[in-house]
Amino acid sequence: MLNFSRWAVAAILLPLVIGIVCAIPSFLPDAAVQRLPGFMQTRVNLGLDLSGGSHLLLEASTQDVAKQRLANMEEQVRTELRRGTPRIAIGDISSRDGKLSFMVRDPSQVDAAVERIRPLTQGAGLTGQRDFNVEVVNSSTIVITPTDAGIDNAVKSAMEVATEVIRKRIDEMGTREPTIQQQGGNRIVVQVPGLQNPKALKDLLGQTAKLEFKLVDTSANPSDVAQGRAPVGSEVLPYPNNPSGIPAIAVKRQVMVSGEDLTDATQGYDQSNQAIVNIRFNGSGGRKFGQVTSQNVNRPFAIILDGTVLSAPNINEPILGGSAQISGSFTVESANQLAIALRSGKLPVALTVVEERTVGPQLGADSIRAGLLASVIAVAAVAGFMFVSYGRFGMYANLAVAINVLVILGVMGMLGATLTLPGIAGFVLTIGTAVDANVLIYERIREERRRGRGVVQAIEFGYKEASRTIFEANVTHAIAGGIMLALGSGPVKGFAIVLLIGIATSVFTAVTFTRLLASRWLRAKRPTEIHI
Amino acid sequence: MKLLKLVPDNTNIGFVKLRHWAFALTALLTLLAVGATIHRGLNLGVDFVGGLMIEAKFQQPAELDRVRTTIDRLGVGDGSLQQFGDPKTVQIRLPLPEEGGAGAANAIVEKARKALSAEFPGVAFSRYDTVSGKVSGELIQNGVLAVMLAVIGIAIFSWFRYEWQFGVSTFVAIMHDVLMTLGFFAITQLEFDLNIVAAVLTIVGYSINDKMVIDDRIRENMRKYRKMDMKALIDLSVNETLPRTVMTSVTIMLALGALLLFGGHVLRGFTAAMMLGIVVGTYSSVYVSSSLLITLGLSPQVGEKKASKTNIAAQAERMGPRDDGARP
Repeated sequence: MLNFSRWAVAAILLPLVIGIVCAIPSFLPDAAVQRLPGFMQTRVNLGLDLSGGSHLLLEASTQDVAKQRLANMEEQVRTELRRGTPRIAIGDISSRDGKLSFMVRDPSQVDAAVERIRPLTQGAGLTGQRDFNVEVVNSSTIVITPTDAGIDNAVKSAMEVATEVIRKRIDEMGTREPTIQQQGGNRIVVQVPGLQNPKALKDLLGQTAKLEFKLVDTSANPSDVAQGRAPVGSEVLPYPNNPSGIPAIAVKRQVMVSGEDLTDATQGYDQSNQAIVNIRFNGSGGRKFGQVTSQNVNRPFAIILDGTVLSAPNINEPILGGSAQISGSFTVESANQLAIALRSGKLPVALTVVEERTVGPQLGADSIRAGLLASVIAVAAVAGFMFVSYGRFGMYANLAVAINVLVILGVMGMLGATLTLPGIAGFVLTIGTAVDANVLIYERIREERRRGRGVVQAIEFGYKEASRTIFEANVTHAIAGGIMLALGSGPVKGFAIVLLIGIATSVFTAVTFTRLLASRWLRAKRPTEIHI
Repeated sequence: MKLLKLVPDNTNIGFVKLRHWAFALTALLTLLAVGATIHRGLNLGVDFVGGLMIEAKFQQPAELDRVRTTIDRLGVGDGSLQQFGDPKTVQIRLPLPEEGGAGAANAIVEKARKALSAEFPGVAFSRYDTVSGKVSGELIQNGVLAVMLAVIGIAIFSWFRYEWQFGVSTFVAIMHDVLMTLGFFAITQLEFDLNIVAAVLTIVGYSINDKMVIDDRIRENMRKYRKMDMKALIDLSVNETLPRTVMTSVTIMLALGALLLFGGHVLRGFTAAMMLGIVVGTYSSVYVSSSLLITLGLSPQVGEKKASKTNIAAQAERMGPRDDGARP
């Protein structure tokens, strides 16, 4: 038990050396790390509570996605049956309870109608699963129900697009190293280190940025509009800045051009030095815009963002150049934000912030300083106590703890794990528990000495008997740590990572490594009495 | 050099003898803790009830009354103030607006910032948390689930590994630790947040560690002294491991003490919970779980049966160089 072959010594020391080497980058400044070889580039990341920054959890409403899909389907069905040939006359389409239903006027056309609708409902997936079911009820009513698989697919693809859009928007803000991750079915985590005030970020992410240009319905009666009634083919939209005083306006349902046809958007100023957004259309968008504006000179059109009218300028002359201005009482900041949002495309689904955590850089720096100080004092106090209790063997344990701390950092660096404030607490606690293994061993050696065993035998026996106990105790401890890691969120997770790594490394350093030290000493000195 | 020994050699304290008194006291304290938790409730942080938290750092020690009136004047709901340790730092908690989502929460934060900056020039805002009711519900659920799973998982482990009595006694002792910690938070009204869940889980981990060491020694002694009376055997085992129990508690207390004094205010609640947990966990190892084994009817014969019918490893161990003349 106390004899180590050369190979065994190498096998013990090698992982420790690797661990320590991997800890080095975490202590170096950025510039120095870049000059290191590739495998040493990873280091311990500081959590937002230490570096300062913002953590946002955004949630998309799945109902919203389902509703939009249903609205799209309704539009498609109407177009197909009313515009296609032969024309099939249908009644009003109702979209209650999340399904579409409508009557076919001529019962003999029901089968034909179903035939025409079916191709619209084919899922795009390889499984050939439909994303809508089509049934005929009461021989003349067709009911279209979205399938769960269809909704799931739609949510999934909407979330993928949303994640991309958010990434683009945050990159445009020029912030440093943001983390953007999808979480669960309908959530996105955004972490931006070093961000002082997340208000701008939240405003930016809160915008769907669905831009539409529609003609204003000038035939509408202002008192009807005020009550929310619009002529056929038009709709009433909110218009908070309406110069007429009524906070609403009637616009034609048909979209002239939409945000999908944009190639660029930048913040600028108009003649009166008001902040505006300059936009540029792509080829087809520019043609459409030119065509509509040519046909509607001297009539107003509405610029609509996320269902609200920003402004409704007059078309003074055909706008043929493929570019336009969006005005609407912007500040420079909000115009800039809108430009970013438009450049990165619209979000396929509205997102709401359900959780936000922001830590100022000052508090982060204070926490690091306090954490370091506490760790140093904890190590010193524990080390001193171990030395006065176990003498030489206490120093072995202390050396093991020192190496252990470095190895934990090294392992965290290798994994690119994140160190949080609770993680520092985990560190301090690991220091406390790591020596527990040594305490178990040394107390056992003391006991065996009292029972009259010789020096070598007592040490051998102490390590052997205590190892089993240490193993059992650490397995159960690891169970608790594993559950924390699996179920915990935020701070609990940060703590669990350090705890688990600490359990694994401390068994190795406290048991195997100190045994190596003890055996070397025994063989060199061959003591007949030990102070322990 | 004379080495420090906190527990003298051959200490022999009759722990088992005191078990009825200990049980009564433990039951009483646990009931008090549960009663306090139910009656006073926990001071749940925004993590668990949802809401808005702004941490403000003032240049001078904060005048809580003035801060409170400043916040009350805003008319953004019932605010509450909290301080721990640092007189210059105040946490302001506000309810989340029911309507308007992120925009409305933003507006409240802005309003509060402006009002406080005007009233107290030089104030800095070091932290904001906003947690919606939906997320906070999930956080509670996960927290409770994590603690329950940890306790049950560990009890099952020690049941499979040893006899069922060990599983039950460990389970009871750990539940005691968890309930006492909750009671502590109910009585002190320290804020109970996600960090504290981590602390509770760590207490569970530490406490189990402690019990495993004693249980392991009891098992070892059960094989060694097959004829010994169970009460004497448990006393012997607890006494034999006592130096280690004390040493380890002291080292962890030293480490936690450093954290409490120098680790900054964010971790203060966490550290306080941990320190209490170490005391409670150590107590329950000695007085609850070990003594409970007798009540549950553990005897060396029970251990014998299980060892012989189960694994070969246990038998192999028994055949090892155990009985080699080193008697006390």
